[in-house]
Amino acid sequence: MARRVSALQRAQTRRAYLFLLPNIAGFFVFILGPAVASLLLAFTNWDLLTPIQFVGLANFKEMAGDRDFRQALWNTVYYTAASVPLSIAFSLMLALVLNKVVRGISFLRAAYFIPVISSTVAVAIVWMWIYEPEGGILNRLLSLIGIEGPQWLTDPSWAMPAVILMSVWKNLGYNMVIFLAGLQGIPSHLYEAARIDGANQWSQFWYITVPLLSNTTFFVVIMSVISSFQVFDQAYVMTKGGPAGATMTVVYYLYQNGFQFFRMGYAAAIAWFLFVIVFAISVIEWRAGGRYVHY
Amino acid sequence: MDTPNRAERIVAHRPRRPRRGKVPFNGVALTRVLYYVVLFGGATVMMVPFLWMISVSLKEPGQVFVYPPQWIPDPIVWANYGTVWTTVPFAMFLLNTTKIAILVTLGQFLTCSLGAYAFARLEFPGRDHLFLAYLGTMMIPYHVTLVPVFILMRYLGWVDSHLSLIVPACFSAFGTFLLRQFFLTIPRELEDAARIDGCSEFGIYSRIVLPLAKPALATLGVFTLLWSWNDFIGPLVFINSTEKKTLTLGLASFQGMYTTDWTLLMAASVMALLPLIIIFIFAQRYFVEGITLSGIKG
Repeated sequence: MARRVSALQRAQTRRAYLFLLPNIAGFFVFILGPAVASLLLAFTNWDLLTPIQFVGLANFKEMAGDRDFRQALWNTVYYTAASVPLSIAFSLMLALVLNKVVRGISFLRAAYFIPVISSTVAVAIVWMWIYEPEGGILNRLLSLIGIEGPQWLTDPSWAMPAVILMSVWKNLGYNMVIFLAGLQGIPSHLYEAARIDGANQWSQFWYITVPLLSNTTFFVVIMSVISSFQVFDQAYVMTKGGPAGATMTVVYYLYQNGFQFFRMGYAAAIAWFLFVIVFAISVIEWRAGGRYVHY
Repeated sequence: MDTPNRAERIVAHRPRRPRRGKVPFNGVALTRVLYYVVLFGGATVMMVPFLWMISVSLKEPGQVFVYPPQWIPDPIVWANYGTVWTTVPFAMFLLNTTKIAILVTLGQFLTCSLGAYAFARLEFPGRDHLFLAYLGTMMIPYHVTLVPVFILMRYLGWVDSHLSLIVPACFSAFGTFLLRQFFLTIPRELEDAARIDGCSEFGIYSRIVLPLAKPALATLGVFTLLWSWNDFIGPLVFINSTEKKTLTLGLASFQGMYTTDWTLLMAASVMALLPLIIIFIFAQRYFVEGITLSGIKG
């Protein structure tokens, strides 16, 4: 009997591996393998033409003293620190209002969501026109209220805010849909009970919505920070990282080193640095978030 | 979802006052009007770039920057949409993008559903550890693997071939995870019945579990399609020849070459966005469900 069971088990294991085979082969060859290879490459110099050289920690040392890299890192932090809170504030506000109305939800949700599904390249091109200093719509609107708009994409101090504004516009709908789902998951009888107990709108928001939405908010913050650290498309299309490196991001710098200068080792070192940062931020947020997530 | 239970219990324990009819709200209609004003106002602002895109795409080149801005072009130049097809290989870009997106989606359906079935339904040593490893790799940014995958593609001779965009994209830890979670919710009774009737494991997968998993496959499908259609850094790194470019890469290089011809650029952008917007209108439910699912389950 026991032997029979184990024979059955063996057969099932064999079947399981057959089912997994295509998936796992791809997983090792295209995801896990490259991730490990990337770490090994970070200790080498390689331009793909001459033989690969082991250089120890040289790439990381170079990174520490590389002013362009530091600027790219700073820009990415700037981008994240500005775009994540802005996007979350607007999307939460919209979700709260959208959750109150009955009619037109799917139309409104679609209107806010279309920028999310649109290709960044295509919408970045139209935003370039919006930012045109002379004929662009933004400066025309500003001139209506008597403000002379800046040169946006060609002004080093305004180029990054321009990229941020466009990104907030693009990602708003995504976070809004998550928040809306979170809000709809809060049972309505909690609000009814609170109202019966005499709680006003503000205390309902503060004592029911905020704590019960903390899990969703926490998730949105982590995902937004992770994706903000990987910003690339907007900067590539709208400003090519300029002017004067003002919109050079970490991924852009990685791309430049790897695929324009063919410095594979240095690009891999940047990639791993990016991974470590993203990972560390997630862990810190996880720890800190645990304290504020209310259930 | 058992999470709100504690709060529910706390509230439920309180003695309830008897209900005295509907609680009167002052200005409830006014607040509602205000909500709609905010929402529709916001939606209009969100749509402005698209409206302008359409408007410019129908203008004569000389009228792009006239003052005050003209929202309804005069004359309306429908011909811009035709010119795009002849001045750039737009048909080629569209065909390439469609081909890649469809093949990647089918590839993910196959690999993810097979793997998810093994993780959800079959017992084998190391299953849970392996699944955890999958989940862990979901955290690795796409860009971390870009350099080694490029080197691998060079060895395989797939650089400047669509294979470099199709084959690596056919595998997804996220897709496997999504389908596994859905497979776990399918009741086992049907499968047991089929097994008693002598159905093979593959038969159960293909004839029972897959048809029942259509909503989950649709969700995975729209997300994969969306990702593949809009991928930019992939084509930028792997593709060089014009005739192999995708829409995003084609648009970006078009923009580099013809910066001044906004009308054609906008017509091309509109056409590049249109297929996804149409899919979104019909499959909105699956987009929303997919986001919600990934949002709540993390």
